Amino acid sequence: MFDIEVQNLTRRFGEFTAVDAVSFSVEHGEVFGLLGPNGAGKSTLIRMLTTLLPPTSGTLRVNGFDVVRAPNDVRQSIGVIPQAMTTDLDLSAVENMSFFAKLYGIPREQRRRAIKQLLAEVDLEIWADKPVKMFSGGMRRRLEIARGLVHQPKILFLDEPTTGLDPVSRVSVWEMLSRLKRERDLTILVTTHYMDEADKLCDRIAIVDHGKLVALDSPLKLKAAIPGQNILEASFSAVPAGWTATLEGLPEAAGVKAEDHIFRISSNNGPRTTIALLEAARDAGVTVTSLSVQSTTLDDVFVHYTGHQLRDALQTPSAANSPFLLQRG
Amino acid sequence: MQRTWAIIERDLRRFRRSPVLVIVSIIMPLVQLVVLGYAFGGKIKNLQVGVVDQDHNVPAVRLQEMFQAVAANARTFNTVAYPDEASALRDLRNGQINGVVDIPPHFSRELLAGASPRLALVEDNTDQFSAATLEGTLGGLLTAYNSPAVPPRLSAVATLSVVEVYPYVPYIQYLLPGTIVLAIFVSAMIGGGIIFIDDKARGLHEGYLVTPIRKFELILGFTLAGAAKAIIAGVVLITLGSLIAGIPDPLNPLRLARMLLLVVATALALISMMFLIMVRISDPLVPRAIFGMLNTVLYFPSGAVYPTGSFPPWMKAIAVVDPFTYAVHGFKELALKNTGLMAISYDLAFLLGFTVLAMTAATLLFRRTL
Repeated sequence: MFDIEVQNLTRRFGEFTAVDAVSFSVEHGEVFGLLGPNGAGKSTLIRMLTTLLPPTSGTLRVNGFDVVRAPNDVRQSIGVIPQAMTTDLDLSAVENMSFFAKLYGIPREQRRRAIKQLLAEVDLEIWADKPVKMFSGGMRRRLEIARGLVHQPKILFLDEPTTGLDPVSRVSVWEMLSRLKRERDLTILVTTHYMDEADKLCDRIAIVDHGKLVALDSPLKLKAAIPGQNILEASFSAVPAGWTATLEGLPEAAGVKAEDHIFRISSNNGPRTTIALLEAARDAGVTVTSLSVQSTTLDDVFVHYTGHQLRDALQTPSAANSPFLLQRG
Repeated sequence: MQRTWAIIERDLRRFRRSPVLVIVSIIMPLVQLVVLGYAFGGKIKNLQVGVVDQDHNVPAVRLQEMFQAVAANARTFNTVAYPDEASALRDLRNGQINGVVDIPPHFSRELLAGASPRLALVEDNTDQFSAATLEGTLGGLLTAYNSPAVPPRLSAVATLSVVEVYPYVPYIQYLLPGTIVLAIFVSAMIGGGIIFIDDKARGLHEGYLVTPIRKFELILGFTLAGAAKAIIAGVVLITLGSLIAGIPDPLNPLRLARMLLLVVATALALISMMFLIMVRISDPLVPRAIFGMLNTVLYFPSGAVYPTGSFPPWMKAIAVVDPFTYAVHGFKELALKNTGLMAISYDLAFLLGFTVLAMTAATLLFRRTL
């Protein structure tokens, strides 16, 4: 049995289809990453999985429970750390945890023990009684992770847990997640913008774009599956007609994409293609204004599938876009 | 119940840490009580009345002596003599005097001849209250002037003797019941349904909507937490307000206990009404924008500041469904007449029934999802 099963899941907001016939399954114990540009439908997907939004169609099972028919069973089995900071600034760390523990119906003695233990696990025990408004972004995020685990859920959902955190806090949040996962036998579904994080920490990655699932595999396989192991990024002073074809004909070149004046050439052998490229440019009398060679990263996978690095889209207004929303960090 | 209690506890902790809002919600109505109470309560005094005597004979002089008596004793108005009508009217229009009494040239002769001479009162009717006071005082004065010095042996005039059931109620006391309700309402506005809207605006609600709390538990929690704060405001008002307004025996424990019961019923009714109004609103600016309007629409038609009998039908219709009306009526009975619970049983029943209906409707309309 899978911990999360998504079949043909669709969500529309009026004319706009935010999630379009998505299907995937997450096994127990996996760290499953959900990647996609802004507005791709990641948050909508995670909100449907966590009972916050009813799906338009499709089926959704979490921990074996149907999300639409048995939402309270789902809620009891999952811990959710939403994108917005949802700790109450006026309360202390313990009070925040206690509030949620009571909402989950945990008895007093067990509550006290669980809170103490979790605050220790996220290194916040010395700040237990301090008001959260005095916490840094990273501390608040760690407190939210502890809060999400207070009822010992089997599955943890995190929507961009490290967005807005400084690099050190990011690393500590991820280390904490890896440790908690090991110790508590968790299944984790996480969305992120940081490809390096996803690469290192996720067992499998789903790339979502325009509400559709465009790729799903382990980071290694995803990287191997896109043509070329190296990416050459080059720009030229002025290019003659048919230049793209010339580049495609370079030895070991596997594909060329031109965006504005930048050519991205994927290659199975970076050094060889690079030397050939320079020779071809000299022969054609074209000046190379910039050139870089990189090995394939998850960023390349991302760009390969989504085709662009930045996407602007209008979103349905929600609290997350409100000017009253407290900024992370 | 543990979940409901968690919501209440969270809210009261926040309140304990920043009680400013509730303190404001208590002070505002108290200030209004004192200022409005004294602004409308007192008798009007020291109006300026110009007198143009074109007669100068004994009856006219007797009339003027009576004016002086008013000026010296009740001080309702002072007289200023004018040589002619034109200059008096000019000062009236300039706002220097509030009215002009014109004693016409043949006043004395007509009076002595048994005809009914007419005395003219020209008044500045832009100020209705001063004009009405002038008319009343001068009317009374003329009645006294007309009554013969020696009454006829057989009098056939019917008179009305007035029996006042309660001690004199100054306007500030009349205003107190409305003020108590207003204080409860202000706390209901800032401490009721708006808390959920603020949670929504900050994104906090996403945190607890993914827990297994039920709709009703959530709404009950918000309602009871808001009611607790509104009750604090109400309790301060029934004690401090009674002292300020000068209610006789202000701290009578039995009456305070009855009033507390009504405070609880009023707080529950107003909080659940606010929650119902706000149940589908997400924008935190909306409640702030409609508060002023709600206040006007609910407070004034309730009879808190003026008797409902004078209202047009549409306002009377508001008064019938407005929980303010019943709360104000109940507090009037208790504060001004010190009645028992029987006198307010209908008010209590309405407020509690209203609470049940509003909470049910709010629970049905409440959206558990985003």
